Order: sequence, then structure tokens, then C-alpha cells
Amino acid sequence: MGASKVLRVRVESERCQGHNRCCALAPELFEADELGNAKVKAGGMVAPALEAKAKLALANCPEHAIRLSQESVAGTSGGGDQ
Amino acid sequence: MSARAPVQDWATDFDHTDPAWNDDPYPLWDDLRKRCPIAHSERFEDGAFFPSRYADVREIAYDTEHFSSRRVIVRKKKFNPLMPSPPITSDPPGHRPARMPLLPAFNPKAIERLTPGTRALCNRLIDGFIEKGACDAATDYAQHIPTRVIANMLGMDEEDGERYRRWIKMALEEGIHDNAKVMQSLKEMTVYFEEELAKRGSRPGDDLISFMRDQRVDGQPLAPEKLVGTLRLLLIAGIDTTWSAIGASLWHLASHPEDAARLAANPSLMDTAVEEFLRAYAPVTMAREVVKEVTINGCPMRPGAMVLLSFPAANRDPEMFPDADKVLIDRKENRHAAFGLGIHRCIGSNLARMELRVSIEEWLKRVPEFRLEDPAKVTWSEGTVRGPRTLRVNWA
Repeated sequence: MGASKVLRVRVESERCQGHNRCCALAPELFEADELGNAKVKAGGMVAPALEAKAKLALANCPEHAIRLSQESVAGTSGGGDQ
Repeated sequence: MSARAPVQDWATDFDHTDPAWNDDPYPLWDDLRKRCPIAHSERFEDGAFFPSRYADVREIAYDTEHFSSRRVIVRKKKFNPLMPSPPITSDPPGHRPARMPLLPAFNPKAIERLTPGTRALCNRLIDGFIEKGACDAATDYAQHIPTRVIANMLGMDEEDGERYRRWIKMALEEGIHDNAKVMQSLKEMTVYFEEELAKRGSRPGDDLISFMRDQRVDGQPLAPEKLVGTLRLLLIAGIDTTWSAIGASLWHLASHPEDAARLAANPSLMDTAVEEFLRAYAPVTMAREVVKEVTINGCPMRPGAMVLLSFPAANRDPEMFPDADKVLIDRKENRHAAFGLGIHRCIGSNLARMELRVSIEEWLKRVPEFRLEDPAKVTWSEGTVRGPRTLRVNWA
């Protein structure tokens, strides 16, 4: 079969100022580091059930620091970044 | 009390301490956004600009090359010498090293630990007035919450809060027109913290004063004047601001009983409601000083001029927020700027959010229905921080 698509979320750390909106709205996807800046959990892979939360986090980031992308995952071989 | 001339034209002669602005600034800002999105005034030394659009506020907040934070309050006369309170008054490259040591004390986990104590504090305050069926929600409730929380964090007696509020009023309100008040406030705070540091010596402690004393930047302790400056900031920044946000939220709920009923019946709305209160009633207006000639939205600005950086006005811009003039407690998308934008994002934002949320939750649990005694008798603070200072409400 062809590659399947998955949603992946990223935090642009140079933009993030630690408002923590994403951590509050989608704690399954984001957490705060010691300085209070956001980082993604589980490599940023977004399970289908969490897509709405990922989009909500993006739409509430005051610094526009969150990026969402569709990525292809090739079969079961592990895939990764394109 | 003042001999200041009333404002005739807000576009060319604005005054953020004018009674009309103080009474209800939102229509003034809406009008300016349409006809003169960057207003100007010569009422303040070297002139001051007032951008009212979100996009312009954002651009200035991000532009640390042309705009300095060394002065963060627009005053009639500039205050000299500069009295740094790092990191709020810091610019790059000094800003980051001044800010980093503070951050762990205010990260979400550190603030989460303060939640049960804050809840208990709110309930003790409510115990004090609930039987009376009425109170001043600003002075009997809201003002004590951030004051006592920060006093506890600093390892100080809660009763010292009375002094803190006096210093803040002198620095942020009376001080706009009277630099002697600013100086007095800064001096008294400096003495207060120098005495506390001396008392502590090098004894270990888990309060914020000891925490800041023990910070090292490049292996060196903070210089004494920087340490005291930062402690002054922690005291000034966390009290009137959160007091104002709590008070304005209660003012909204008292005057919009339908929202109070919705929230009391459906506590899960609290997430969006808190953010919406922060957007619509953002208390804090900062300032910048132009340090390099620049043009913003067609408006040329020369070094020395001040910019009133109004996050509250940005938050009411309809280009950024649909129905910006309506308070929608279930607003889903809310990129508000109540805590600033860019490198100076309020360090205490997690703390402020926790205090705001807990104080409204506990209030609504015990006083779900309440109303303003007399809307005309509500009074608001002046200048840098906006919030109710008299807020008589009653219930039952």
C-alpha cells in the first residue's frame, strides 16, 4: 500500500516565549520545560483523536510558534522526517 | 484634584490619565483605530505615541532594535536616573541572562504547587463576608489574593501587603504626574529588601528572596543593585495586575448574571472564560522608548519619544478578534496579548492565570448569584494598570 499520512506538531523554540497556552489546551501533546517553554511530547506525532486539540493549540498561540504538518509514513519501516 | 486640561482631540492630545479614558476607554480606542491608529500627545516629556491596532502593538513589542524597555511607564516627566528592574527594563543582550534565573520559579509545575493554598486563602476571605450578604469585591476579596500569595512566595508576613499596595500606588498611579512619589516608593522598597537580605545572610531558604540571592549568572551572584531591582519588580508586577484582572472579571460577572449562571452551571467553561476575561479586560499597559528613528504604520518616530504599548487596546482590535467588543466566555480562538508579546512575556503569567481562575471558581461556588450595588459607584485605577478599586456587590 502507499504511504499513510500522519499529523505532526512542532514548536519553533525561537518563537516560543512560554505563554503555555498549548500545554493547557493539549497536555497530551505539549509540556513545559524547566524554563516554562513548550516542547512536544512523543516526537510530535498527533493521534487522530487529538487532531482537534492540536489545531486548537495552534490557534491560541500568541507567538505563532506552533506548526502542524501532514507527513507521510512509509509502511511499517519507521519513516520519520521527510 | 488635578489641573490637567480635559482632552479635546484624542488623536493629537491623548491622555491615559484623563477621567474619560479612565471611565470607559474602549469607545475612544475604537474611534482612534478607525481614524488615527497611532495617536500622539505632547502631554508627556518628549512626546508619546499610542498605537491602538493589534498589528502595530505586536510589531513594536517584537522590535527591540528601535524600541527600548529601559522606560516602561509613560510619565509626565521622564524619571531620571533610570532605576532598572531587570528583566522588565532590560533590552538584549542583557535581557536574557536577567530573565533566565527567574523562570524556574514561575514554571507551570512550581505554580501548581501554590494552587491548594490559594484556594484556601480565597475561602478564608469569603468566610469573612459571606454572612453579610454584601462586600467590596475589590478591597475585601480581589486585592488580598495576589498580595498574600506574593508575600508568601517572598517569605514575608502577609500583613506586609498593605505596604506593598501603597508602594505600587505611588510608583504606578500617583507617580505618573509626580516623580517624587516614584522615588519615595523605590527607596522604601529598596530599604525593605536590603534589610531582608541582610537578615537572611547566607542562610538557606526556600523563599523567592533567598532563591534570587542564590542565583548565579556565569558563576557570579547577581550584583546587589540588580538583585534588589529584580525583587522590586517581583513585588510591583504581581499585585495590582492580578488584583485588577480578578476585580474586572467579578465586575463582568456581577453585571452579566447570564455569564455567571453559565459558568456556575458549567465549570468546564472556565478555561475559555479566563482567557476571555484576560483579553477583554487586560489590565496592563506597558511602554517603550524610541531609541532609533523608525516608521511604524506610516508614522515616523524619533528617538526619545515614548510609546504607550497598550495590550488592552490590541486585544480589542476587531481585525484580530471577531466581535472584539463582545465578551464571549466560550471564545475558542483567543491569541490575546494580555501578558505581552515577544521576549518580555509576563514571567508571572502562570501564577496570574492560576490566581484568576481559582479566585473566580471559589467565588462562584459560594456566591453564584450576585449583582453590583450601584454601577455608577464602581471606580477604576488610573494609568498603567486598569482594574476596579471600589466594587460593591451584594447577594441573597
